[in-house]
Amino acid sequence: MERPLLPGCPVLDAEEARRPGRLDRGSPPGPLEVSPHDLLADRSPVAIVGTGLSESNRLGNADTTHRPSSRLSSVRVPIRIQVTAADDPRAGRIVDVARLLGVLGLEACRVSRVHYLHGDLSAADIGRLCDGVLVDPVVDEVTVGSPQPTLHPAVEVAPRPGVTDTEARELERAAAALGLPPVRASTARRYELIGDLDEADVSAISRQLLANETIELHSLGVVEPSFDTVSSAQARVETVKLAGLTDADLERLSRERLLSLDRAEMRAIQEHFGREGRDATDAELETLAQTWSEHCMHKTFRARIRLEHTRADGSVTVSHHDGLLRALRTVTEEIDPAWLRSAFDDNAGIVAFDDDFDLAFKVETHNHPSALEPFGGANTGIGGVVRDVMGVSARPIACTDVLCFGPPEPPDRDLPPGVLHPRRVRDGVVAGIGDYGNKLGLPTVNGAVIYDEGYIANPLVYCGALGMLPAGSHPTEPRAGDRIVAIGGRTGRDGIHGATFSSAGMDETTAEQAGTAVQIGDPITQKGCIEVVEQARDRRLYNAITDCGAGGFSSAVGEMGEHLGAEVDLAGAPLKYEGLEPWEIWLSEAQERMVMAVPPDLLGPMRELCEHNDVEMTELGSFTATGRLVVRHGRTPVVDLPMDFLHGGVPGREMVARWADPLPAPGKVPDVDLSRLVVDLLSHPTVASKEAIVRTYDHEVRGGTVGRPFVGVHADGPGDGAVLKPLGTWHHDTAVALSVGINPRIGRLDPWAMALHAIDEAVRNLVAVGADPGRVALLDNFCWGDPTKPDRLGPLVRAVEGCVEGARRYRMPFISGKDSLFNEYAGEAIPGTLLISALGLVPDLHRTVDSAFTRAGNDLWLVGDPSDRLGGSLADDLLGIGDRRVPPAPPDPLPRYVEVHRLIAEGSVTAAHDVSDGGIAVAIAEMAIGGRLGVEASVPAVGTEPVATLANEAPGRLLLESPPARRDQVADRLGRLGRRIGALTGASSIEIRVAEQGGSAPVDAQSLTIGLEEAVRAFTGKTANP
Amino acid sequence: MTTPPILILHAPGTNRDTEAAVAVELAGGDPRIVSMHDLRTGAASMSDFAGLLLPGGFSYGDALGAGVRLALELRTWLYEELADAVRLGRPVLGICNGFQTLLKSGLLGGSEGPEEGRRVTLTDNARGRFECRWVTLRVESGSRSGWLSSLEGTKIRCPVAHGEGRVAVRDPAVVGVLEEEGMVAFRYLSENGHGGEDRAAGGSYPANPNGSVDDIAGLCDATGAVVGLMPHPEDHVVDWQRPGGPPGRRGLPLFEGFVEAAG
Repeated sequence: MERPLLPGCPVLDAEEARRPGRLDRGSPPGPLEVSPHDLLADRSPVAIVGTGLSESNRLGNADTTHRPSSRLSSVRVPIRIQVTAADDPRAGRIVDVARLLGVLGLEACRVSRVHYLHGDLSAADIGRLCDGVLVDPVVDEVTVGSPQPTLHPAVEVAPRPGVTDTEARELERAAAALGLPPVRASTARRYELIGDLDEADVSAISRQLLANETIELHSLGVVEPSFDTVSSAQARVETVKLAGLTDADLERLSRERLLSLDRAEMRAIQEHFGREGRDATDAELETLAQTWSEHCMHKTFRARIRLEHTRADGSVTVSHHDGLLRALRTVTEEIDPAWLRSAFDDNAGIVAFDDDFDLAFKVETHNHPSALEPFGGANTGIGGVVRDVMGVSARPIACTDVLCFGPPEPPDRDLPPGVLHPRRVRDGVVAGIGDYGNKLGLPTVNGAVIYDEGYIANPLVYCGALGMLPAGSHPTEPRAGDRIVAIGGRTGRDGIHGATFSSAGMDETTAEQAGTAVQIGDPITQKGCIEVVEQARDRRLYNAITDCGAGGFSSAVGEMGEHLGAEVDLAGAPLKYEGLEPWEIWLSEAQERMVMAVPPDLLGPMRELCEHNDVEMTELGSFTATGRLVVRHGRTPVVDLPMDFLHGGVPGREMVARWADPLPAPGKVPDVDLSRLVVDLLSHPTVASKEAIVRTYDHEVRGGTVGRPFVGVHADGPGDGAVLKPLGTWHHDTAVALSVGINPRIGRLDPWAMALHAIDEAVRNLVAVGADPGRVALLDNFCWGDPTKPDRLGPLVRAVEGCVEGARRYRMPFISGKDSLFNEYAGEAIPGTLLISALGLVPDLHRTVDSAFTRAGNDLWLVGDPSDRLGGSLADDLLGIGDRRVPPAPPDPLPRYVEVHRLIAEGSVTAAHDVSDGGIAVAIAEMAIGGRLGVEASVPAVGTEPVATLANEAPGRLLLESPPARRDQVADRLGRLGRRIGALTGASSIEIRVAEQGGSAPVDAQSLTIGLEEAVRAFTGKTANP
Repeated sequence: MTTPPILILHAPGTNRDTEAAVAVELAGGDPRIVSMHDLRTGAASMSDFAGLLLPGGFSYGDALGAGVRLALELRTWLYEELADAVRLGRPVLGICNGFQTLLKSGLLGGSEGPEEGRRVTLTDNARGRFECRWVTLRVESGSRSGWLSSLEGTKIRCPVAHGEGRVAVRDPAVVGVLEEEGMVAFRYLSENGHGGEDRAAGGSYPANPNGSVDDIAGLCDATGAVVGLMPHPEDHVVDWQRPGGPPGRRGLPLFEGFVEAAG
């Protein structure tokens, strides 16, 4: 029972408010502090006082008598156990973040874990549970029963029914391990807010900091625990009459059922059922909607597109594309290197690693879920992409992530309604990635974080996974008669409509409509699946495998059985709770599930393997040779669709795209102090150190991280690419390198150039750590707005054309890709954003370098050519220059990378760094920061603006450090591709001059000096020597 | 020379088992990764092994606190066997989640008997978040651990990667007691000691990455056979694993001492 200090303070949850008995009704039964040891020894003075909830009237007759040994049988209200750690560090963070929200009155916060238990438990049982698992006697205080009355407002937060609560589940299992009677558990968090707070403050803290209403309930005072509701199972299948519906009717039906299908598609479905002479079932409509969703079918990337391209001179050219996906596939087929194993055909792209192993790489996005529930969205984003890699029979070995957020300090205006603060999105996403990747035991080794106003309402969360598998070990041929076997997590109502939800734009109603599409992951269940899949693969226990992603069983079984047929009985599916309708079981996107085709004679070993790993396994049915997808729930028919209609029946799209090249306006460079500019660039959120984020990810697990996210003497300089030595391959020296390239600022001006810039950035990041440019594979991930709008589709087509051109110029194949469209909020699109991820090989892990300077006296070299164009640069953004001219991408980039690679491989290079965000002065400063060494450099001028020389972001450039003894060698190799621009010094300052071409005398106004300490502070936010 | 069989315990959520196995193998042991399931069902027995290693990870998701659930499993299913192993002087090493598990099961931390309960624990990092970085740790002289004795004073460089690694006590006096009893096995060292000076981190971040009291990074039990530490020496057993930065040795000698004690 709470005694709110704030009379009349509203109960925050509307549903709660309607429930009687919530607010103060006089004195509660007195709570009691009970030492767990007293409880353990069964010598507690009192055991249970009340049973937790404040509504004593619900107990009928509140029991306040002392009955230490009595069992609380037939209690209808759960037992409440509240545990508080003495100095929970979360409390301080809550105070800090509240301040950022503008709540200055919060002085302190007391955080408690709350556990609710339903079960026939004695006081001694509760004591054992407290002592065994709930209470750490060194740091925790425990209260059994109602919380102690408090003078401060207390907010409690609990997961909504159906939201994954691993803590509750583990508590139930721990109770069983202790030999206690069966219990059902539920958890909550309690926050006592101490300070000078009014109602609005408490409400702001609750909604914007403590709870996310999409997945959590919150309440001032004791929250109602959510036990998953048990309702009677019923196989109710609804039929939907399609015959006779007009186009308008069909479109309305699509909208009302959240099918995200257009008129032509609805009509194709109507015609199909007309031919069959019957109504559709709900599950059939849902199955078609999922399979035909943009998310699953990539309708835009398969569509015929007419592009109207207006040039800067006003001329218009019209071209036709016969499928964007086909264009990417075709260029990969042209290149077709011998080491390419599989491109675009499966859940992940596959390339050869060594004689024994192949590598699988996939990058996915989880944008909409992360916008609504940042932790869960990013959490399940990692989970999903890791399952993609498992879906090609690979053992996941590393993760990557690239995040695009609104600025942490958004401009002074209100956020759109329903939009979470960018800082909250960032913190939640980062915590979600760390939670999942760390718990899977996967090093998160590479990525990027970009801040831009274009992502305020629609953040981007790209999640990547790298896997390894014995060459040729991935079976892809299910056979008729194979059993359909599901392993891993149980199926709940969670994640329904995920595929269709991500195939439409968002607005303020999305959170409510799509609440069930957002989930929290359970990495430990997935960890078990990883182990089972690896062993099952090695023992050849399955003929095919895929992950349960968007569309759940419907898409997993539908895809695997595409060329066969399948018969499924949903009555056997293991459920998290009863009461799901058949279509919900069939479509649920509940996490951590894999589906395999297992020959009947191997079911025994498969089951044994699962038991051995504590992984649940279920048979759902069989693959058949009927060409039909038949789903039943017991005897009730649920789905009966021909596979060819399911996979081939979607009408092709004809789409229109428009693009106009920007007019090449040069903008105006204001007078600036160059040193100041570079310091500002170093501390710009997009450039500045990401340690606060990246160190919350384990980048060392699996013991193979050679090239790290942070480098240098204090491990705080920025790393370019990641280098990994996979476990099991230590007998040779070849290593794997991963990198990314992304630049939405370029994309705003010229999406074609963005593709080339992104490819170049990914490649130079790989080359900079020692990777061989002849062994690089690329992945594309397009995040875009609504493609049905020609002005959104135009830039997308241009970006794909840029990718095709890039693959040719760099002779590097695309092996996998994904598009996430409809990234719009209330009709406003994100800047079209292309992420290029690259996978390369480092021939010798002993011959890698990083970006930190190593030795005073060494030479500094620049490879590649600058540009006087500032379009798309951070400096342009920062200074409001308005240059709309994008630096050109090098027409023949490969020779420079081949030579740099040779120099690194022969040991002539002691540090290398790519020039990207911020330009060359920032890049030089970053190398100095990493090595804590001074430098004097003279950068050849381009044009007349020193700002352009120092801050242009022309691609194709690398900085190299090399000993003077190797000067001739380096000069020979590079020829006209590079030049020596300076030397490392023993001094503690970064000095950069803009030199006239040819190295004539510098002009005073064209130089900058930044103290090393100042640079470190700007970049890392800390002092030079931690 | 014998290659003693070393049990590497794998529970759901354990994840640094393979690296631990590599370290043990390089150190001359015969590592075998054994699942909790097999120990529980009797398909494998701890008595067949010369040493026990509890590797890092998130056993059972650490949903009830780091190592809590696995500690309960140990107490429920394996306590007698564990106690026997310790009595026989077989080395037990817990790393990260393994350390958390040993501490929470009462095998470490110098419990003075069930009546008193635990006096030291591992809890949330002072900064309230998971953190991954390389640290320098020192094998403390004067610890009771026999199998660490040849390493006394050695500085080891290796990463930490944890969210609940802060050694905490309820009663500050316990720190002195642990020291006196020879139970402090490892400390975090200051990273500024480039010139050979060798100072404990003095509580300063990031040298002491989690705010552990008195810079304690690892403990041993009263017999000296059971050792636990938060950092990951198994992630620095060959030279190429090591990044730039302050000096310090590999973690391999630790495993060599462990395997030797098992042999």
